[in-house]
Amino acid sequence: MFKKFSTNADVTGHTPIKSSVQRSIRAAVLSQWKIEPETFEVVWPKKEALTHVKCKEHISIYTVHGEPIFFQQFDGPFYPTLRVLHKYPYILPEVRVDRGAIRYLLAGVNMMCPGLTSAGGYLPPDDSPLPSGTPVAIQAEGKEHAVGIGITKMATNEMRKVNKGVGVETITYLGDDLWGLQTL
Amino acid sequence: MGRKNNQAKEATAPPPVASTSESTTTEPAVPAPEPRSPVQALYCSGAPATSPYPLCTFPVEYCEFGSSITKCKEWLKETNPALFDKYYSQDALQAKIGTMSLEAQSKLEKETAEKEAKADAKADAALKKKLASQITIKRIERNKRKHVTSIHGLEAFGIDLKKASKQFSSKFATGASVTKNPQGQEEIVVQGDVGDEVLEMIENQVGVLKGIPPDNVEMVEDKKKN
Repeated sequence: MFKKFSTNADVTGHTPIKSSVQRSIRAAVLSQWKIEPETFEVVWPKKEALTHVKCKEHISIYTVHGEPIFFQQFDGPFYPTLRVLHKYPYILPEVRVDRGAIRYLLAGVNMMCPGLTSAGGYLPPDDSPLPSGTPVAIQAEGKEHAVGIGITKMATNEMRKVNKGVGVETITYLGDDLWGLQTL
Repeated sequence: MGRKNNQAKEATAPPPVASTSESTTTEPAVPAPEPRSPVQALYCSGAPATSPYPLCTFPVEYCEFGSSITKCKEWLKETNPALFDKYYSQDALQAKIGTMSLEAQSKLEKETAEKEAKADAKADAALKKKLASQITIKRIERNKRKHVTSIHGLEAFGIDLKKASKQFSSKFATGASVTKNPQGQEEIVVQGDVGDEVLEMIENQVGVLKGIPPDNVEMVEDKKKN
């Protein structure tokens, strides 16, 4: 999504958000992420106004003091930015890819099932699978911090069964243009 | 915020129960659950800030996949030897190969080296281009006695055109704007004949106009033909 993204070409406008809308966004994020209200308060203090940065392809990035905090496409789920995820790694459920896949992930491709099901990978156990369309943190074998954020394309137990094709679609990853964008 | 409160509480703690309960009541609204403290990832800034190519900026454990691994290594060794040992000592290298086959690993290393060489070459080319790029200050006649000055090529030196145009407009007390020229490149157009003053500003490196070699500036006059 952010493989090619430049502030000049892709941002169409900044707007401050009405406080009533902010309230509903806050509630939505709190329900979608596994984060305590107190912790989220540190990420986005109640008193700070959220700015909506509208971009092409219906991407909305939300910033506090010019620093991107989370984003969404259309009315989809809210994704934290990688920097936020690094600080609070527990807010998204995680999957892990093996070492061979890291290199390709850093080039922005989607994650295929075999990389998730192999010895170095990790998927949640079958008795508590993630349904398709869940935002996940993509961890990497032998690494401490997440390498990307993605969305599951099929349920995790299905990935084990099929073991073919795209399992997790990559949304943002280390070194893409959103990563390079520390302030907007 | 949470930590501060904690410290304050500790300081007032010794006289027991009564005062602590007091301090919690004076605390802002939700005192009970403390926010969880963030995990601090160390981001690499291996490549020197003066270099023209972007820094690596990855969390240090991912440097090996970046395009400037040698520089990242040097930087980490200098600033944080403990972590350097953790990631680059002999044992660590053995351990992290993990489930990958030896063949794939050596292939990866080779590719990383290639990538690095490529990035270096690219950076060199960019630097050369930067040194060679010209700034043109053009005086354009608008009608007989009136002129505008267009300044082209500032962005090659990493100058924010919007900020520069603001600086010009406040300095000369005239309008200055960022416009696209017919070739689709951006330039600054300042109202009035201010070419000489602009040149002077560039020579003196005023404000945002830093880092421009004055030799690269070229003055041009453009007359309307008719």
